[in-house]
Order: sequence, then C-alpha cells, then structure tokens
Amino acid sequence: MQLSIPRPRLSNFRFDPRWIFLGVPVVVVAYFTVIPIGMLLVGAFKTGDPGVAGEFTFNNLLHAYADPTLYPLLLNSTIYAFGSSLLALVVGTALAWILERTDTPLKSLFYSLTLVPFIIPGVLHTIAWIYLLSPRIGFINRSLVSIFNLASPPFDVFTLGGMVWVEAMHLSPIVFVLMTAAFRSMDPALEEAATTAGANTWTTLRRVTLPLMLPALASVTLIMFIRGLESFEVPALIGLSAPTRIPVFTSRIYLALKGFPPDFGLASAYSLILIGLSVVGIYFYNRALKRSEKYATVSGKAYRPRTIELGKGRYVTMGLFLFYFFLIVGLPFFILLWGSVIPYFTPPALDMLDKLTLDNYAAFNILDCQPGQSFCLRARAAFTNSLMLGIGAATLVMVLTAIISWITVRTNWRGRGLLDLMAFLPITVPGLVMAVSLMWVYLTFRIGVYGTLWILLIAYITRFMPYGIRTTTATMVQIHRELEEAAQVAGASWRHTFLKITLPLLKPGLLAGWVYIVTVSMRELSTSVLLASSQSQVIAVMIFDMIEGGNTPRLAAMSVLFITFLIVLVFGAQKLGGRFGVRD
Amino acid sequence: MLKISDLVKKFVGEKTASVAAVNGISFEVEEGRFFTLLGPSGCGKTTTLRCIAGLERHDEGTIFIGAQVVSSPRDRIFVAPHQRDIGMVFQSYAIWPHMTVFENVAFPLRVGKKHFDARQVKDKVMRALSVVQLDALADRPAPKLSGGQQQRLALARALVGEPKVLLLDEPLSNLDAKLREQMRVELRELQRQLGLTTIYVTHDQSEALAMSNVIAVMNDGKIMQMGHPRDIYLTPANQFVADFIGSTNFIHGTARAGAVETEHGVLQCTVPAGIRAGDAVLVSARPESIIVHLEKPANTQNLFEGQVQLAIFLGEMYDCQIQVGGQLMRARLNPAHRVRRGDNVFLQLPAEYITVLPANG
Ligand SMILES: Nc1ncnc2c1ncn2[C@@H]1O[C@H](COP(=O)(O)OP(=O)(O)O)[C@@H](O)[C@H]1O
Ligand SMILES: [Mg+2]
Repeated sequence: MQLSIPRPRLSNFRFDPRWIFLGVPVVVVAYFTVIPIGMLLVGAFKTGDPGVAGEFTFNNLLHAYADPTLYPLLLNSTIYAFGSSLLALVVGTALAWILERTDTPLKSLFYSLTLVPFIIPGVLHTIAWIYLLSPRIGFINRSLVSIFNLASPPFDVFTLGGMVWVEAMHLSPIVFVLMTAAFRSMDPALEEAATTAGANTWTTLRRVTLPLMLPALASVTLIMFIRGLESFEVPALIGLSAPTRIPVFTSRIYLALKGFPPDFGLASAYSLILIGLSVVGIYFYNRALKRSEKYATVSGKAYRPRTIELGKGRYVTMGLFLFYFFLIVGLPFFILLWGSVIPYFTPPALDMLDKLTLDNYAAFNILDCQPGQSFCLRARAAFTNSLMLGIGAATLVMVLTAIISWITVRTNWRGRGLLDLMAFLPITVPGLVMAVSLMWVYLTFRIGVYGTLWILLIAYITRFMPYGIRTTTATMVQIHRELEEAAQVAGASWRHTFLKITLPLLKPGLLAGWVYIVTVSMRELSTSVLLASSQSQVIAVMIFDMIEGGNTPRLAAMSVLFITFLIVLVFGAQKLGGRFGVRD
Repeated sequence: MLKISDLVKKFVGEKTASVAAVNGISFEVEEGRFFTLLGPSGCGKTTTLRCIAGLERHDEGTIFIGAQVVSSPRDRIFVAPHQRDIGMVFQSYAIWPHMTVFENVAFPLRVGKKHFDARQVKDKVMRALSVVQLDALADRPAPKLSGGQQQRLALARALVGEPKVLLLDEPLSNLDAKLREQMRVELRELQRQLGLTTIYVTHDQSEALAMSNVIAVMNDGKIMQMGHPRDIYLTPANQFVADFIGSTNFIHGTARAGAVETEHGVLQCTVPAGIRAGDAVLVSARPESIIVHLEKPANTQNLFEGQVQLAIFLGEMYDCQIQVGGQLMRARLNPAHRVRRGDNVFLQLPAEYITVLPANG
C-alpha cells in the first residue's frame, strides 16, 4: 500500500494520516446512509412504533405479505410500472433515433427536451394531466365531446391506463436522454456497412441497429421500471383519487403512515419489497452498463453519426416531434396557465376570455406580505425553506462527495470501495421509503430533528448523495493525474496543488452538480411529503396539500410561478455552465 | 549529479501478486549530460523516471540528486516531489487547461521555494517562452495550442525554474514524424546550451542514438547494457540489445579460437573473453555491414554464397533478402548495381563488424 500524500520523515511511531482522511468520511456517510436503512430493517421486524421498546416479530411481514390485498397491489404495481416504462421506452427511443440518425429539421430545438424533466416537476405534470383528462373537467375530454358530439368523455385519467399514460409521459424525456447517449456511443460504421451491403433504412434499423442497442434498451427499461415502481405523484394524486382506489406500493405506504394511528410496521414491511426490487434492478442495470461500456468505448472516439435523408418524410418526423412537445410541455403548461388566470376553475372556453384576471397572483407577492395575509406568509416560508434546503443540501453533498471521489479515484487506500458503496446505497431507496427510514431514526432518537427543517436537510443530503458521487467521480476521472503531478514536480506543495490545480479544474463539474441538486431538492415531493410539518413547509408539499384545499386558481398560479422560477434557475445554470466550460 | 543505486519498485496488483516494474537498476549521470533510458513499452522506463521525481515511492535502493539523498526507503528518507528541484515533461504534456500559456510557465516560479516578484516572474517566463519560441503566444489559453506547441510549452514550464535535473518522458512521441525529427535537434541543442542534466525516456531507438551521451537499454525492469550510442550499436552486449537496436542477422554457431563455426561456413572474428571454444554462440551481423558481391571475389574469408529472394528498391539502396542455406539474411546493396530475384550473390561478413554473443537468449 502506498500513501499518495507526502509524509515527513517518520520516527518509530507511525500514525497514518490516512485514518483521518478515510475515517471521517466513512463515519459521516454511514450516518447518512447506513443508519437509516439499518433502522428500517430493524423496524420491519419489531413490534411497536419508533421510540417504543418492542420485540422481534414477523407479524409486520405476515400482515403485509400474507394479506389478500397484496395481490391486487402487486398486480397494480406491476402493470403500472411495466406499462409506463414500456410506453416511455417506445416513445423515447423512437424520438432519440429520429434525432440522432435522421435529417429532421429543428434538431437543436428538440435537444432542449433534455431540460424538460428538470423544469416541470412530477407533481405539476400530474396535476396538469388531471385537468386535461379528468372525465368531468378534463379539457381534452370536453373538447372531444363537443367536437365529435360524443355521448360520454372518451378518456378517464382515474384508471390504471390513465396512470400509465401520465407516468409514461413523465418518464419519456429521460428515456430520450439515455437513448440519445446510447445511439451516440455506437459506431455508425456498423450501420453504414449494412447499408453498403444492400440493406435499406428499415432493414438496417431492424437487423443491425436494434440488436446492437439491445443491452442499452434492456437496461433503460429496467431503470424506468424501477422509477415507475418508486414513483409517488401519479399513484397518490390519481390512484388514490379514483372512485375505486388503485393502490400501488408507494401509495399503500403513504396510506399506512397517514392513517390513524400510523402503522409503521406495515409501512416498513412494504418498504422492504421496494428496496429489494430496486437492489436487484440496479444490480442488473450496472452489469448491463459495464458490458455495454466495454463494448462501446474500445476506441474511445466520439462518432459523428451519419444522417439518414428522409426526404419529404422529414416533415413527418418533425411533426411527430412538435406533437410530442405539445403533449409533454405545451398542453400541461397551457392548462396550468389557463387555470391561473380565471376566477374559478373551468376548462378553457372562449366565453371565459372576458373574465381573465391576474388576481390569483396577488396572493404571491411574497416580498411584501402583510401581517394578516396568512397564505402569503406561508408561501413565503415555504419558498425560503425550499431555497435554503436546496442550497444547503447541494453545498454539503458536493463538498462531501468531492472528498469521497478524490479518495476513490486518486488513492489506493484499503476501504475506499466500501466508502463508495455506502455513498451509493441511497440509490436503492425510493423517496418515500427514505422518509420512512428517517422517521424511524429520528422518532427513536429524539434529538430535536424530527418535524424541523433539519430532517429535510438530512433527507435531501442522503437522497442526492449518489448523484453527487457520480458527478464528482466523472469529473475527477477526467482530470488526468499528470496535471496534478506536474504541479508537484514544479514545486507546488500538496495544498498549493489542490487549491491551484485540482479545485479550479473540478469547478465546472462541481458547479453543474450543485445547481442540479438545488433544483431537484426544491422539487422533491415523495420524501418531503412525510417529513415536512407545518413548521417546516416546502413548496412541493404545499402544492400537494393545496390540491385537497380545492382553490384551483391559486394552485395553478403557484404552479406557474414555480415553473417560471425553475426555468430561470435551469437556464441560468446552463449559461453559467457554458461560461465555465461545462460539457455534457 | 544524479545517482541511482539498486532501485526496485514493485506494484501490488488488485488480485495478482506484486510485480517488480523496476528490478534493481543502478546508474549515474554526470552534470550536463544527456542520459537516455531506452526500451520497449512496459519495461519500466516511466516508473524509473517517476521514482526519480518522487511521484512513486520505490521499495529498495537509493536516489541521489547532487549530494543529497532524496529517497531511500531503508533510511526512511523521502523528499516530496515539490522539494526535489526537478523539471519534468510528461508524456501527455499535462498542460493545465484552465491557465494561459504564460500562467502555465509562471506556475513553478510562483509556488516554488524561491520567491520572485512580479517583474522577475515576467522576465523569466518570457525568456523561457522565447527559448521555445512561444513568446508570441503568451496570452493564449493553453488548450488552444497545437500538439507541437503544447510540447514546447511543457518544456518551457520544466525549464523555467532552472532545475537541477530535467526529466523527459517520451516528449516527442505524440508528434508527427517530421516535427519529431525537427524537435529532436532543437531539444538537444537547447539542453546543450543550458547545460542541463537530462534523463530522457524513449522507446524509439533512433531518437536515443541521435540525442544521447549515454544510453541505458532496459528490458523487464533491468538495464541490459549501458554506454555510448556508438558502442551500444556496434558491440551489443547480448541478443536483446542487438535485436532491439537497429536490425541485425543472427547466425547460430559454435565458438572456436578466433572464429565461429556456423552451418554456412567458418567465420573469422574476435571471440570475446568469457566465451570458450565449444560454447554455443550467436553471431550478429548488421545488414549495412555485410558486403554483397555479384561476382565471387578473390578474398574468400567469411564469404557465404546465397540467392536473392527479394530486392526492394528504396532509393538510396536495395534492401535485399538473401537465402543462405536454410536462413534468410538481410543485406544492403548499392543501387548502382542491379539485382533480380533468383540471382546468385556472395555475402562477405567483415570480421571487425560482426559481434559474437552467448547463445542463451
Ligand atoms: N500504477 C501501476 N500499478 C500497477 N502496475 C503498474 C503501474 N504503473 C506501471 N505498472 C506496470 O509496470 C510496468 C512498467 O511500466 P512503465 O514504467 O510505465 O513502462 P514503460 O514506461 O517502460 O512503458 C508495466 O508492466 C506496467 O503495467
Ligand atoms: Mg512509459
């Protein structure tokens, strides 16, 4: 074993500074990741609530898994997750192929699709689609009924099919991003060889492109399936509002904890199955990824994809894209905007045009709340809390993960693999389950964290640590070791090397990761919904709660403001990133 | 100026047992000399250089820079790289992409032990840049340089602090052939002018022969032969060196007094001390030292008869493959002559240009 930091002349006593550099991160990461998951496991096999002495029991598991309600739950969850991931896969892959391999016009506009999932949070996406497809007030239903003189609304979002559709639309931009990357890493010469051998576009696609993409397709399906299983917004907002409830695992956990009294044992037992499934899924995903990387990066060069000339057909593909854009951005945003400028909610109609008003936005003048305006004050508190939490979590995650990935990439200390693994652990924990785990920890150890902003900060740090690790590791790997060594040889001490070479080179990557974590923290719902209290309200949960309240115009106004804020944040970050030379 | 003794560096693999990348090498470089480590890829050249720089900690042996021991694991001495007073050019150049050309070169002056004020820094940097002819590009962002310019920038950065030892790890290998030959001359000239003690690492034998005062030929973590380029070329110490440097013909044989008996006939030559009559030996004869006669000459000493299998016209010569008994031998022929496939020729191997080596591989 070698130590990479310079060591002075040593006497017989050998204290190894490695133990501090490695030990502190290990303890910190274990605190954030291992302890909550451990507590959850213990809780699933224990009688009594958190903080109450209990005994070992299998009753929670029996109650959860031997119950006849399990089968519809299992069936719903599977259909919902599989259906939405498959639909998203078809849509996302087709779009990625069109964009990467054909001469469709307006390409650069369509690439901005990659930003959509960052801009429209799941909760708003779901709300918007309820306003579009609800049988009673849905804009699409109403329009189709009046245009075609139908007897009844053609769509009903409050069904399993409706849930699949809404979730698939939400997942599809992510599939698009992943598949675009997969197409780019494939050598177009392989396709060109098929073409020169006499295959037409369609045969080439079917016989060469798709088989080669199979590993990527399989792993993307898997990851989408897991995201579907773990999703909370659609199951809660649509599944639980349906005339006959359509429960899946996540909404079942939510109900168990929101019921009275909350059933921690049952929630934990259901959580185990979700963790188990995602552990299996992520294991296979990583394996597939490793294999396809081995496949793709042999030459390591970036390929310039050949474009297939579609002729007139390229306007068809462009039309498809515009329609898709309209579906996932245009319509949802339009319906929210509409909802925010009318005095009471009703689907868009011409006769409402003279009633348009900006009054709904008046309640959000949060810079100038009057003492009596309780809503304004609450909105201000939620916004400030979300912003502080986002910035706090992003800063702490980036600092911590920069240190961890420096250790894993730059040293060969024993134990660095464990550190990496522990920091990655939360990726297997769905947001809602993370909340359950943290409730176990901080209801058992009452150290004044539960019910405050601290538990949310801890939750965000834990949830986004895997993302931080991935960004910082990728950045660190890009910085060739010799750049640091050249500084050492030039006479720079360890400190100088770090401050003048390593840190400036890391800066663009760290900054990009930081902005990303600020954004996702501010939109986070599935963990916050169980952990935020009236003393620690955040925007996403406030919106979620307002759906019950029924003040739709105000809800719509808040959504529009939130989306606007996220647009400014994301595009600001893009600009900043461009200036600092962020790639990817 | 620089002395390495019994250097050993082992790498511990993740799963495999430890491998000695450098296995007991020793050498000494006098002040102002250009010393080259030459060997095939993976033989431990870079590792040796990195040990000298202090970027790797070696397991055994001692490294002196000047009179100072900079590392000796047995005595628990290890001077950190930034305190060794060296300059190094990395194979990847390691140009810092977030700095300009000027800032890259100024860095060693700004972080080093000696303190320079802004004007001194500027003077020194500009002088170093003008030495490598980059002074016009001082304010350019470093990533916006061509390969050759980056190489010269890396060199300027290594020189600017006037280090005791300059370490160069295959600095020319990323350049195209023409630039490489030009830089070879420039680099050597610069080194001579500045009188810098230089350790140069390369796998390119022609580079090593052209530039060095002393070459150490390495293989498998060991030095196979060390000496002046001419000696290494003309009297290789073993089969590896004879084979690696230039091209040669090997002929198996048995040593006799002042001669070697081969299957093609007896070769009169100098048999080195240490080889006794009756030992199995290998005779190395370089293609350019073999004289090709089209007619049988009067002097028949060391003369083999053969048949031309292939004659490639290369402009300045014919490169011929000639069948002698069961062996194909390479030789060169003046293009004034004319040979064709199937012609009978006579090969003469002058005693003073052939080397006798022990035949144990
Ligand atoms: N960090 C390392 N870990 C393990 N093995 C290494 C490491 N660096 C070099 N080696 C091994 O040591 C041997 C010598 O490498 P190197 O000095 O880079 O060779 P050269 O520069 O002559 O091509 C090689 O077999 C290489 O695989
Ligand atoms: Mg090397």
